[in-house]
Amino acid sequence: MTDTAGLTMERKSGATGAPVLEVKNIETFYGAVMAIRGVSLEVGEGQIVTILGANGAGKTTLLKTISGVMDPEKGKILLDGREIQGHDPDEIVRLGVAHVPEGREVFPFLSVEENLRMGAFTRRDDGVSADIEMVYSYFPILRERFRQQAGYLSGGQQQMLAIGRGLMTKPKILLLDEPSLGLSPILVQEIFHIIRRLNAEQGVTMMLVEQNAKVALKTAHYGYVMEVGRIVMNGPTRQLMESEDIQEFYLGMHGETQRGQKRWKRRKTWR
Amino acid sequence: MEIAQLLLGGISVGCVYGLVALGFVLIYKATESVNFAQGDLMMLGAFVTLQFANTAYWGMPFWLGMLMAVIVMAVIGYLMEALVIRRLFGQPQFAVVILTIAIGFVLRFIAGFIWGHEPLTLETPFTGKNMTIGGLAVSLDEIFIIATTIVLTLVLYLFFARTKLGVAMQASSQNQLAAYYMGVPVKRIHGLVWALSGGISTIAGVLFAARGSIDPNLGLLGIKAFAAAVIGGFGSLPGALAGGLIVGIVEPFAGRYIAAGYSQIMPYAIMLLVLVLRPNGLFAQVQSKKV
Repeated sequence: MTDTAGLTMERKSGATGAPVLEVKNIETFYGAVMAIRGVSLEVGEGQIVTILGANGAGKTTLLKTISGVMDPEKGKILLDGREIQGHDPDEIVRLGVAHVPEGREVFPFLSVEENLRMGAFTRRDDGVSADIEMVYSYFPILRERFRQQAGYLSGGQQQMLAIGRGLMTKPKILLLDEPSLGLSPILVQEIFHIIRRLNAEQGVTMMLVEQNAKVALKTAHYGYVMEVGRIVMNGPTRQLMESEDIQEFYLGMHGETQRGQKRWKRRKTWR
Repeated sequence: MEIAQLLLGGISVGCVYGLVALGFVLIYKATESVNFAQGDLMMLGAFVTLQFANTAYWGMPFWLGMLMAVIVMAVIGYLMEALVIRRLFGQPQFAVVILTIAIGFVLRFIAGFIWGHEPLTLETPFTGKNMTIGGLAVSLDEIFIIATTIVLTLVLYLFFARTKLGVAMQASSQNQLAAYYMGVPVKRIHGLVWALSGGISTIAGVLFAARGSIDPNLGLLGIKAFAAAVIGGFGSLPGALAGGLIVGIVEPFAGRYIAAGYSQIMPYAIMLLVLVLRPNGLFAQVQSKKV
């Protein structure tokens, strides 16, 4: 907690405000397999919260449970204090949760602009065109290609489109699932730069699931570490970056030679 | 002149096939299952129109009767999806196929029960009227069929390209999961697609009835329309219409220039040929997935 001050110096937004999203003790099953084993977390307004974890830790399942594609067996999910667990996904979108799925999932035969307009499907207000302009201002390449079918965009452009489409729902919270998946390091930098700008300038609250721990910790204000369906560690990202376990298992930093020698028997203890 | 005559007749039958094929493709694209009761929906649509419009029944003006029938059939289409098909959501494709075949039988039986098994004639303002354009004898019903198909195609095009609901239907057929994430009520969209498909098959049924008589077994024509949809590339709307036209045009020519029986075989022969040479159909939207 000591680093909170430093963080707020760096970015004005984040780390403040009442929780937009509260997850309380949820359990989600794939058939008989328990994928989420009692997870609780909070995302404050204007924050970026990241969930770190290896393959199969349950990160994507957690996001799917929040956005209503999967239903939890137990526990509560509160959006602005209102229970949303068990509702249909389209209703949850309407209430303010936008999910940018893993692997982008754009509509391949619709144009870029139509994809963005689909993001605004649940909206009845007349700010849609203005918001499309806002998205274009962050992703100028999309403006250039606005008539092109989304299936012909490159992977990075599709990712941008998917994020833009998520923003078009005017969410209270944007769930980002592996935005770096399959992208070149430069593109990853570019996309995360835009994610930070969106958070700082538009005040978009985000929950970020990432395997690329380095960039995720640099981007987020607060982090949770998941392992086989449980949260094993959490804290402000500054603090997490200093943790030995995070450094070793998620950032791939090697310790001193001495420690390197006994690395083989070191176990995760989650201090 | 004879060729022009055959061509005109072929196009008008082809329009009917095309519209039924369109119904197949719409449902397939949206819900990824094939509705084998499509032809029977068409048959039922024709009978419902007859019920509304024929003087022996309720005797409404033809256009009003047709409009009412389209609405009724759209509602029936929606209910079929909402009450029956939706229960099989997540079950194997096979189950849906068998279910729709069974629904077809039921519809055929119901139609026979209500309207009898004898062929009936739908009274249209066009039936039996002819005009000659430059020595070519054109019956008004052929013009009616072709004009209606063109108008309907335009309306559908505008619906899919311009309206929010139309784009949402496209979106949920292209990526159902993403449509969910965008807040599109996918299940309701499926119901609406069935409604649309029911309405279109009703129009197809009326167009078919304008040329001749109808009986409860009319729905078997759906198999030919199915072949047309495969020829066009199952999954392409313009392809379905084109496939229908191809089948419609080839039939009378085969009957005239090869032998009478061949007109019945040709649709399937063409289908086999297309499947061998271009397995995705003539107008398929195919795209390999980018990673």
